[in-house]
Amino acid sequence: MTYADIVERYEPVIGLETHVELGTRTKMFCSCPTEFGAEPNTQVCPVCLALPGALPVVNAVAIESTIKIGLALNCSIAEWCRFARKNYFYPDMPKNFQISQYDEPLCFDGYLDVEVDGRTVRIEIERVHMEEDTGKTMHIGGSTGRIQGATESLVDYNRAGIPLIEIVTKPVTGTGAMAPEVAKAYVAELRDVLRGLGVSDVRMEQGSLRCDVNTSLNKPGEEWGTRTETKNVNSLRSVERAVRSEIIRQSGILDDGGKITQETRHFHEDTGQTTSGRSKETATDYRYFPEPDLVPVTPAREWVEEIRAGLPEMPRVRRLRLREAWGLSEHDMQSVLNAGAVDLIEATIVAGASSEGARKWWMGELARRSNETGQELDALGITPQWVAELVSLTDAGKLNDKLARQVVEAGLNGEGTPGEIMAARKLEVVSDTGALLEAIDAAIAANPDVAEKIRGGNQGAAGVLIGAVMKTTGGQADAKTVRGLILEKLK
Amino acid sequence: MSSLIKKTAAELGELIAAGQTSALEVTREHLDQISKVDGRVHAFLHVDVEGALAAAKAVDARRAAGEKLGPLAGVPIAVKDVVTTKGLPTTAGSKILEGWVPPYDATLVERLKDAGTVILGKTNMDEFAMGSSTEYSAYGPTFNPWDLTRIPGGSGGGSSAALAAYEAPLSIGTDTGGSIRQPGAVTGTVGAKPTYGGTSRYGLIAFSSSLDTPGPCARTVLDAALLHEVIAGHDPRDSTSIPAPVSPVVAAARQGMSGDLTGVKLGLVKEFMSAEGAEPGVVAAFHAAVESLTKLGAEIVEISCPNFVYALPTYYLIAPSECSSNLARFDGVRYGLRVGDNGVNSLEEVMSLTREAGFGPEVKRRIMVGTYALSSGYYDAYYGQAQKVRTLITRDFQAAFEKVDALISPTTPFVAFQLGARTADPSSMYLADLYTIPSNLYGGPAISVPCGLSEGLPVGLQVMAPTLADDRMYRVAAALESTIGTLTPPEL
Ligand SMILES: [Zn+2]
Repeated sequence: MTYADIVERYEPVIGLETHVELGTRTKMFCSCPTEFGAEPNTQVCPVCLALPGALPVVNAVAIESTIKIGLALNCSIAEWCRFARKNYFYPDMPKNFQISQYDEPLCFDGYLDVEVDGRTVRIEIERVHMEEDTGKTMHIGGSTGRIQGATESLVDYNRAGIPLIEIVTKPVTGTGAMAPEVAKAYVAELRDVLRGLGVSDVRMEQGSLRCDVNTSLNKPGEEWGTRTETKNVNSLRSVERAVRSEIIRQSGILDDGGKITQETRHFHEDTGQTTSGRSKETATDYRYFPEPDLVPVTPAREWVEEIRAGLPEMPRVRRLRLREAWGLSEHDMQSVLNAGAVDLIEATIVAGASSEGARKWWMGELARRSNETGQELDALGITPQWVAELVSLTDAGKLNDKLARQVVEAGLNGEGTPGEIMAARKLEVVSDTGALLEAIDAAIAANPDVAEKIRGGNQGAAGVLIGAVMKTTGGQADAKTVRGLILEKLK
Repeated sequence: MSSLIKKTAAELGELIAAGQTSALEVTREHLDQISKVDGRVHAFLHVDVEGALAAAKAVDARRAAGEKLGPLAGVPIAVKDVVTTKGLPTTAGSKILEGWVPPYDATLVERLKDAGTVILGKTNMDEFAMGSSTEYSAYGPTFNPWDLTRIPGGSGGGSSAALAAYEAPLSIGTDTGGSIRQPGAVTGTVGAKPTYGGTSRYGLIAFSSSLDTPGPCARTVLDAALLHEVIAGHDPRDSTSIPAPVSPVVAAARQGMSGDLTGVKLGLVKEFMSAEGAEPGVVAAFHAAVESLTKLGAEIVEISCPNFVYALPTYYLIAPSECSSNLARFDGVRYGLRVGDNGVNSLEEVMSLTREAGFGPEVKRRIMVGTYALSSGYYDAYYGQAQKVRTLITRDFQAAFEKVDALISPTTPFVAFQLGARTADPSSMYLADLYTIPSNLYGGPAISVPCGLSEGLPVGLQVMAPTLADDRMYRVAAALESTIGTLTPPEL
């Protein structure tokens, strides 16, 4: 059974729950720092260790960040809402309840438009709410680092209390075969929006953006099927693979007349498959109730409007605007996006370069180097100002293409600005016509038959002479100038 | 010379400030009294002799250096063991916290230290403040100095008994359903529950977050007001702390001491007068006190608060629900008792064994009730419904305060009962808080002041005021005290 056959007969419904660690300086309910990678249990206090008597106080910056996210996702912002306690026992959760939001989220009823294959899909957002992260448990003594067979468990509470935002979509229907791509496009778009807002570093590999994917299948015209929730989906590619593999797995069960179990499943990067986790039916009753230690959150309307007015341009709007301004096809724009070059090209243009010039270098030599070394474009040590200078030197005819490539090579080796490199390496287009004419005369003398052809009107033959001149001058002549001088001489 | 321990906190503060005695002398006398009587009273779980002497010496040194001292500088105080004290054991009366030494001070303890009071130690209480007799302390009961066979009230029995036994002139209590006022009433002392949010809960080990209120205990109304002023006021570390100035409680107490209540209108809660269970002696003492208030110029009217009769069942849904969540943190992972950690038991088993061994029967009872009341499918019928009734009770108060300045009632339906008399039947114990619980549900301030004796045992009168009008209850209580006088317990 091929994937195409499956999505002929079943309609997938997907839903995504995304957790985002906010990049606030301090934790959600205390003033401990949030930096990643500190020594275990050095970023803790009575509040985030849940010592007896300690009380939470809400981080106002986290509220503002959440409202920013809500507004960017076209949500309504609650005028009055409360935190709630989600009660369950777990050793890395100091209070044995998580402060979260339940039936009164801060942001609700929004949407995010994403592009898939030139088609715009609107993903409806059910809610955006605030909660706190848990600590991390390490199990010692077992063979696999898992709890089975472990003799000791160590808990690091540095992460406990870091602000988490949960963004929940409404069920996404009608995307058919595209469902996996839509899921991926949504997470990618969401990541770009969050990055643009500056509220999180959104690194999936570090866990600051985590994604759970719900998938179900139903036959056309029938009710939605039982859904599974896939966790441990830690990259954009995995989002797509997880949905696809779940569609294939579920269709297999349904085709055999089986029933889908409502459960949590875990995605495995290596196999691309999901395996069963704990069953949702036995899930804890979380005994939610309004958090009595915190007063309700009541963001003033003026403040919300102030935040709205200060929002940056949304990535999709910006993409459309830049594509237009740069005169690119959808395909070319996509390449620029995939290379992560949008910001760099824009900054290079701001620094004075033409859009063609900026794109040529970032998407050409520099992108190639980035691919070869696996470094991000912005980690190559080349700045937009650097590229803008290069472009202006080539535009002014001081560098030809060949020389410019040498300058880039040197720049990547950290030899300085284009100007400095040219000076140090004596790389400049030879514009001294005396020296050029000498070289041209020598070339004509060495190739009398070619010279004869040109005199006879065959201008195409000039290439041979140009090549000879470039060779003599070590490539430092401007080919156009050389050609003009040759044709002039052999008129 | 044992004259210093009988003095009020206000007097001691003046004597120390004037150099007529020293903080050290005052502290020593109280420590002597503790060693003399606490073997019989058991008001204290922990006495900090060295810390108290050092704090007293520091106050004396400040005075010697010419510093002007505040009204309570050098005055000893006992702190209920549910409040965290840096470097001093804090158990909340529970085995599960045996040996735990907090690394931080509660906000109110910081304020006590800033005011120069001398912390003598930590007082006994019902485990996690759940109880009305201090019999549910995991460390044994406290005995009422008026009659050592009787209970001192609860949960703050230790804080009130310490006052009646002259072990301290001041103490800190916490009041969730009456834990300051009811012990005050049955020990013949004063206990005030401030407006909820008027005193910080930061560092108060939570029982029921939406009800818990720390407050002052003393032998006189003025002393309670002086202590109230030290500990009250906004605290940014407690989100529910009210960012408003503290009402002028000390001035109001002084005004009341003049014995004039002309123009003050007081409401008798009709539903409390007809309620079953109040002892005749308590009713008689209360009515005599009402007579006294009338003579002072107060106008007395009867007020109906129809929803007050639902206060007890409402409280016994809200408080257990919140406690079931608040006490979840006691799991043996980070502090306190840990049972069954033998490398074989799972984490869950260790947590479960720890809680089984660490919590006493009343705490377990309330955790189970609360867990049930919050569970899916029952929430609306129990916790949700209780919140609605709470709103109705609040409306009763608001309507009453449109007609009167304050409400009055007996503090508790019965005088101190014999130890063991009510432990077999929890609901008979719960009745002790029948009159005190409504103001916790509402959040307004309330005070218990001695109003006479019944069969030789103290009876308390409760004054309930509107939220943030704490000064009003101090004025009325001080006026009553000015005619009735303070009660003197028998020599121990
Ligand atoms: Zn912290």
